[in-house]
Amino acid sequence: MTTPAPTADGPPPPSALELDRRAYRRRRSQRSVLLAVASTVVFAAIVWLTVIRTPGWAAVQESFFDPRIAIESLPKVWDGFLLNLQVLGLSVITVSVVALTVAVLRTLRGPVFFPLRVLAAGYTDLFRGFPFIIVLYLVGFGIPTVVGERIEPVILAVLAVTLTYSAYVAEVIRAGIEAVHPSQRLAARALGLGHVQTLRHVVLPQALRKMTPPLMNDFISMQKDVGLISILGAVDAIAAARSEVSLTYNFTPYVVAGILFVLLAIPTIRVADWYTAKLQRREQAGSVL
Amino acid sequence: MSTVLRAEGLWKSFGDQPVLRGVSLDLSRHEVVAVIGSSGSGKSTLLRCLNLLESIDDGRILLGDDDISDPRVDADRVRSRLGTVFQGYNLFPHLSVLDNVTLASRVVRRVPRRDAEERGKVLLDRVGLAAFAHEHPDRLSGGQQQRAALARAIATDPEVLLLDEITSALDPELVGEVLGLVRQLAEDGATILMATHEMAFARDVAHRVLFLDEGRVLEEGTPAQVFEAPREARTREFLTRFRA
Repeated sequence: MTTPAPTADGPPPPSALELDRRAYRRRRSQRSVLLAVASTVVFAAIVWLTVIRTPGWAAVQESFFDPRIAIESLPKVWDGFLLNLQVLGLSVITVSVVALTVAVLRTLRGPVFFPLRVLAAGYTDLFRGFPFIIVLYLVGFGIPTVVGERIEPVILAVLAVTLTYSAYVAEVIRAGIEAVHPSQRLAARALGLGHVQTLRHVVLPQALRKMTPPLMNDFISMQKDVGLISILGAVDAIAAARSEVSLTYNFTPYVVAGILFVLLAIPTIRVADWYTAKLQRREQAGSVL
Repeated sequence: MSTVLRAEGLWKSFGDQPVLRGVSLDLSRHEVVAVIGSSGSGKSTLLRCLNLLESIDDGRILLGDDDISDPRVDADRVRSRLGTVFQGYNLFPHLSVLDNVTLASRVVRRVPRRDAEERGKVLLDRVGLAAFAHEHPDRLSGGQQQRAALARAIATDPEVLLLDEITSALDPELVGEVLGLVRQLAEDGATILMATHEMAFARDVAHRVLFLDEGRVLEEGTPAQVFEAPREARTREFLTRFRA
């Protein structure tokens, strides 16, 4: 089949009309830049007058943003942060496995799977409504009491995060599965693929693309929530910051810990934005069904 | 000629709206049968019932000697013996054209990837898409996508090809290339049941034509009979409107 070949000679030089339009657009964009600069200067002046030039600002700066204390507390807070990262890394793996399993269980048809379907549905309903902090208490303090021996806080933390986040992520996956157009399923079944084969080769790969943005969202809130494991007595970034604060009554270590979490989240946020933009471009490009 | 596919008195309703009212048909090996009729006459539903994508309310469907309307049959197995092409192509957008064509062989028939791809390339060459094997479907024109869908449908050597208005979404120029391919498949001995609005093509390629009206086979015969000398007034009316 022939695809139209690009013509050998390129487009003609722009006409006077086009040159006129380009000049107009250039003038417009120069004007926008000037306006942006002007409004930024005015805004900065207002902030300086109303916030920084006030008597309370020095006190705020001293107790929240003391550079000396920030540098002193950083090594300990960083050590604690590594524990957060460890919990996060392990949880990403366990959440992926559990959530995918729960989501697939909910799509299974047939009477044999009835109890599994009900169990999966009940689990997602329950743990999406349950406050994370209660799960953390029940798992972190309840399980060691029942078992009667000490369990590594990392393991308890991963367990609590997995229980809560798998419920959210399973729902995202299920929504992604349902967002794949039914004609795709029909085409796969018409080729003789079974339910699970269709899911694996046709539906899930397409669903995964659709659910990346919401999954990134859940990943970001998971990054923050691993900070709550300090409740379990694990010395993570926040617990380390707390012990620093209790020594000096200066709150800068909390800000340091907070900034570490923000720095962790930023790449994920950027990747999510980039991927969403890419998807949008591709869909606007046209003929994907 | 031996019967490959036989439908006996198929009934199908959506809600309390009957769509098929006792449709019977026979399809012999190497035969091309065109189902014509206005939109809503039940053509698509008939095809979807035949490949078990819809369940029937009454009647019987035989594929070879097997009663495939028996709920005890493995529907996935039955569907893998039939090739279906849809109006909207329904190619898998996340797979390359070659992977689209080889998917059923690899997953259902468990053919090793290398062998499946070798055959897939032959098929793509046959439908004139060899150069697009590694492209994704959204890079293809509508006509190319539909030819890829045809290659996908014949990749597992189906006993019957079911074509559901496969040119309805294409502009006239692309219709020609797709129909050319169907004609070629018919000449090579494929057994084809096609729902179509392409009267000239049906007349040219089909061995037999069925006129479906409000869920009933109102008229059935060779293209010459149905198109030149329709017995039923309703058929005449339908064909006149099509010529206009």
